[in-house]
Amino acid sequence: MYPKELRYSKEHEWAKVEGKRVRVGITKFAADRLSDIVYVELPSVGAEVKFMEPFGVVESVKAVSDIYAPVSGKVVEVNAALVEKPETLNTDPYGAWMMVVEPSNPAELDQLLDAEAYTAHVGEGH
Amino acid sequence: MSTPTAPTPLTRQRPVPVIFERGAPGRIGYSLPASDVPEVPLDSVIPAAHRRAHPAALPEVSELDVVRHYTILSHRNFSIDEGFYPLGSCTMKYNPKINEDVARQAGFARLHPYAPEDLVQGALEMVWELERAMAEITGMDRVTFQPAAGAHGELTSLLMIGRYYAEKRERRSTVIVPDSAHGTNPASAAFAGYRVVEVKSDHRGNMDLDALKAVLNQDVAALMFTNPNTLGLFEEHILEVARAVHNVGAQLYLDGANFNAILGITRPGDQGFDIMHLNLHKTFATPHGGGGPGAGAVAVRSHLTPFLPVPTVERDGQRFTFDYERPKTIGKMRAFYGNFGNLVRGYAYVRSMGASGLREASEMAVLNANYLLARLREHFDVAYDRVCKHEFVLSGRRQRDRNHVTTRDMAKRVLDYGFHAPTIYFPLIVEEAIMIEPTETESLQTLDAFVDALVAVAREAETDPELVRTAPHDTPVTRLDEVTAARKPDLRWRPERSGVPSRA
Amino acid sequence: MKYIPATAAERERMLAAAGVRSMEDLFRDIPEEARLTRPLDLPPALADPDLLAHVRELADRNTDCDRLACFLGAGAYDHFVPSTVAHLALRPEFLTAYTPYQAEIMQGELQAIYEYQSMMCELTGMDVANASMYDGASATGEAACMAVDLTKRSEVLISTAVHPEYRQVLRTYTGHLPITVRELPARGLTSVEAARAAITDATAALIVQSPNFFGAIEQGEALAQAAHDKGALFVVAIAEPISLGILRPPGEYGADIVIGEGQSLGNALNFGGPYLGVIATREQYVRRMPGRLVGRTVDTAGRPGYVLTLQTREQHIRRAKATSNICTNESLNALIAAVYLATLGRHGVAHVAESCARKAHYARERITGLRGYELAFDAPTFNEFTVRCPMPPAEINRRLLTHGILGGLELGRFYPEYDDCWLLCVTEQRSRKEIDRLVDHLEALR
Repeated sequence: MYPKELRYSKEHEWAKVEGKRVRVGITKFAADRLSDIVYVELPSVGAEVKFMEPFGVVESVKAVSDIYAPVSGKVVEVNAALVEKPETLNTDPYGAWMMVVEPSNPAELDQLLDAEAYTAHVGEGH
Repeated sequence: MSTPTAPTPLTRQRPVPVIFERGAPGRIGYSLPASDVPEVPLDSVIPAAHRRAHPAALPEVSELDVVRHYTILSHRNFSIDEGFYPLGSCTMKYNPKINEDVARQAGFARLHPYAPEDLVQGALEMVWELERAMAEITGMDRVTFQPAAGAHGELTSLLMIGRYYAEKRERRSTVIVPDSAHGTNPASAAFAGYRVVEVKSDHRGNMDLDALKAVLNQDVAALMFTNPNTLGLFEEHILEVARAVHNVGAQLYLDGANFNAILGITRPGDQGFDIMHLNLHKTFATPHGGGGPGAGAVAVRSHLTPFLPVPTVERDGQRFTFDYERPKTIGKMRAFYGNFGNLVRGYAYVRSMGASGLREASEMAVLNANYLLARLREHFDVAYDRVCKHEFVLSGRRQRDRNHVTTRDMAKRVLDYGFHAPTIYFPLIVEEAIMIEPTETESLQTLDAFVDALVAVAREAETDPELVRTAPHDTPVTRLDEVTAARKPDLRWRPERSGVPSRA
Repeated sequence: MKYIPATAAERERMLAAAGVRSMEDLFRDIPEEARLTRPLDLPPALADPDLLAHVRELADRNTDCDRLACFLGAGAYDHFVPSTVAHLALRPEFLTAYTPYQAEIMQGELQAIYEYQSMMCELTGMDVANASMYDGASATGEAACMAVDLTKRSEVLISTAVHPEYRQVLRTYTGHLPITVRELPARGLTSVEAARAAITDATAALIVQSPNFFGAIEQGEALAQAAHDKGALFVVAIAEPISLGILRPPGEYGADIVIGEGQSLGNALNFGGPYLGVIATREQYVRRMPGRLVGRTVDTAGRPGYVLTLQTREQHIRRAKATSNICTNESLNALIAAVYLATLGRHGVAHVAESCARKAHYARERITGLRGYELAFDAPTFNEFTVRCPMPPAEINRRLLTHGILGGLELGRFYPEYDDCWLLCVTEQRSRKEIDRLVDHLEALR
């Protein structure tokens, strides 16, 4: 159910290692729970993000959620198209990436869950 | 058993043009005299560089256009004067007409805030008397009416608490709230610069005393408490809570939104509270006005009086004065003195009710709530099986699980029966929460009709769930596209607009 | 008790249905020690006729502006209010309604506030305005926090020509936060050079008021430039929005945030409240703006409808991370403003503003023509101006009062360095006869 090539945080972000960079988004579980997403706030290119600290915000009509960085590092790319069409997070959560980070401490990736562990995690109703 | 009412008048159903779409260029709706001062070139009055090039694009309508427009709009509004609002946490009691007559007289409504004190002795006396009454009702020492609303009162209180500890040179950076707290509590605490810690409620709906004690320490500035709490339940361990909070030198704050349950029965000052706010637009019957204005009062014990906002109102024999000489004041939360127009209404209410009337109001508010709870408990899940106070919380869990009908759906269907919906999805700790507060001003007949409507909706959830899921049907508009409203906000009229926005 | 409809028989039935024997059973969970064992010590209840007599007696001990020629402004203004306002805005369907969370049955209120938001945008020249704040002073505090949040800078620079109570509220709102408020001294007008010198890379916003507390119209464009050159936001406070009927709106000269006091727009003087806080901003800042917002959308049948939107910024959802803690606002006062602006309309607002300006100008010329009176500051004004007096303004006011004239503000109350100065206000409500009478009395005072 959850793509095997991705790693997952307990706060429902996914991380995709692409060589020396990490692409970041939110999982289908998070997008479904928020339901219709109306707005996304993302950091600027060049900003520093910290492991498991908020880097942005996802907004639906009834709720707002912080999104947490699955790795520390510098933001090198941001998906501007997402700000225009935040609803793609609902229709294509793994294609609708949010940011690309140059990780400062790649060892942090080991703290993330694999697809199986994440499936078990959300199965617990978190 | 009542069924949805007859079709509503046409004026309710047809969309109403915005006022900018009415009228015609050059049409006027006002009457003002011609200038009676000598005519001089406008440039010498105000230099051209400072003047608008074009008048503001406001409507060009006749007086009749204005009258029809707002009259029709008023027909598309639910109000207490029309029907019952069972809104938990809001205390939608009847707003007495006589209080309007009292407040609108020129002797109050036409007073300039900077008029000399000699010219406003009647106003100052009223405020002083209202303070004395509120102090007595709450069991506190002094009261300020400067806050414009309850949340404003919360912020005022937290700032006073902050000053109190600053004076004592104690660093305290945490505020504790229950997990059932109204959203304004953590918002106010954050706005006041505090870190917010949540403590869970126990199985009886009280704050979990052990969980509370685990987080109480010297860094805690205050516990923000609601009592009765947002579940409609009296916090049974209040005296222990007060002791525990005071043991670590912290302040006990009361969110007084639920005061309608306890008038003349118990007083926060006697329960151990140090500071609290009241909502005059809840307990003291001032009108809600479609969202405001309210009036907040903050009542304090004497150790906090030095920090009250300025000015306070003082009495010296037969004379009333403003006191600005308060060196430890937090300052001001707004210009001037408070929502005076609503203080007049609140004063009139207190004088109308008297001590026995206020007590009777609370008793009936609590009885009405328990009556509704008794009649509804077989049809909905009950969150906590206890005698409630002025409000109670049900859960729509049963209907959601069995029939895929949510609390939102049922609330919308209630509108078709001619009632306002109860409060929904609050407090957050109850799934599919439905919070009901009847107040004392509703009759048994109204309560029974409301029960009938809710029972009918619960039944419809089983027999015709789609009807409920697509409700409301008999209102001026059906469910609105809130997603598009948030994705592509349309927050003002633009003249070049034509037709109707399309759904995304 | 007329507000409590339950009869004794109904009480008994309800107690039985609730499964309790007496009212006391409903309160048993309140600890004995906390129970009140005596009646509240309050004056006895008054029946309606007695209540009216009592409050009439209190009201009669006040002297209100119907009985005085009011030349006092300073943040609260005596304007003509058309009859439509009370008859429409105070209709019980608006007065006794709750916040429009159930939008389907509150389309009237929501549409009226959407229209109000639009009108405020037109007046101020800004992109979006909210559904009200508490008042102009608290809106100033909230705007400062909004500017700090937007720029991530920690300093706010405010001219001393801004209303002293707005500045005091700003300090109260920010004193405990890591925000530094610096005051920029102004002598009548805020100096552009001084502003340039004072604004730094740490400045989140420059806040000025126009017309300012002394009545002077600020050099908005140049001040905006000074702020923007250093990356700071330009915030303009409008204490007298009738001025926007004739003056250039702040949106046109570079304001990023406009705050204001809407009392002038149809709201009664009411001894200081309830009033109407205004906040308006540029489209790109809308999600950081505090308070409620009404948006237009469609229902399931495609009909236009209105709904509270962007609520996720607000306290009931965002809780500790909300843009503000505001919940109850000043909706009815906003509705009053909307009815007022609709009644006066495009031409009426311009008419009122021009009338204020002309009468104030006339008064200014006549008073400064008297020996010993001179204009305190060399600056263009709207409906307020500051005059230097040959005797203490307090004394002047005392004597004028005996002739039924409420004189201007003694500036020394807030500015010790200007204790010989007097802030006069002339609105469209003051007739030429009243102005001439004022001048005659001033002349006779010596």
